[in-house]
Amino acid sequence: MAGDDRKRAAHRALVDRILNGPGRASAEQRALAFRNDGSLPPPVAELVDKVARTAAEVTEADFAAARAAGASEDELFELVVCAAVGQSTRLYEAGLAALAEGRSDGAS
Amino acid sequence: MRLDVLDNGYPRRTKLLFALIRLVSRQPVPDAARIVFYRPDFYGDRAKEFTHEAMRGPSDWSVADRELMAAYVSKVNESSFCVGAHSATSRLAYQDGPRVAAVLADLESAPVEEPLRSTLRMLGKLTREGTVTADDMRVVLSAGASPQQVEDALAVCAAFNITDRLADAFGFEVLSPEGFEAGARYLLKRGYR
Repeated sequence: MAGDDRKRAAHRALVDRILNGPGRASAEQRALAFRNDGSLPPPVAELVDKVARTAAEVTEADFAAARAAGASEDELFELVVCAAVGQSTRLYEAGLAALAEGRSDGAS
Repeated sequence: MRLDVLDNGYPRRTKLLFALIRLVSRQPVPDAARIVFYRPDFYGDRAKEFTHEAMRGPSDWSVADRELMAAYVSKVNESSFCVGAHSATSRLAYQDGPRVAAVLADLESAPVEEPLRSTLRMLGKLTREGTVTADDMRVVLSAGASPQQVEDALAVCAAFNITDRLADAFGFEVLSPEGFEAGARYLLKRGYR
């Protein structure tokens, strides 16, 4: 399992850095973007939700609206990264949990 | 790209590196390669490490299989840039274009081994629906994929569910076939680090 531990550890290091390291967006904003729970200011929340659920539909206008609401380019860079990594992390965890359950049932 | 800083916000030595890559490869530096150089301490350094582990670290899946998984997940996400990049890399790694085309056109009729087909199907469901069940996993295991292979595939899926979203949100420019070929050669030679 050594290789697998390295994969998960590398993933955790990425998540830990973007949420807990220094950034131009506050750690609270980054955590909200990661969770995509809708509680960021509206144009940013809409961009974040699109990144998480339908990224192929993001347009220039989504970024323009977020900029007009006062978000800087670097804040948007960070919040988009957090939204993408957040959704990916939920998928990864859901997959690993289903695998653990599928394996333990098989053994019993 | 949709953020000006991702096109222009690089220090001088990074711009020189991009110019050198353009000169040597005679292709533009792909946006996927550029963004890992943007404030690399925030995202790029650790993203490269995770993606490299998932795609090139120890696994019973071949590099070609993992590139195919990346292309397949990207297809489910409708991420044109990543489908282009990783179908090219998978084709080159397998030395088999029709195999990759068949999987992306119709997984169920494609001429691939059952453990791989079943794993791709599960990754597609997870990516599309956001979840999979223990029963879905039992199907994959009974098709012959080992639990470790399923874990390894989930890491590939996680890496590309990040990259696909960034490609589409930031608007990575889709390359010419020659550009994707050059990128594929680079990824097989050097990996993601």
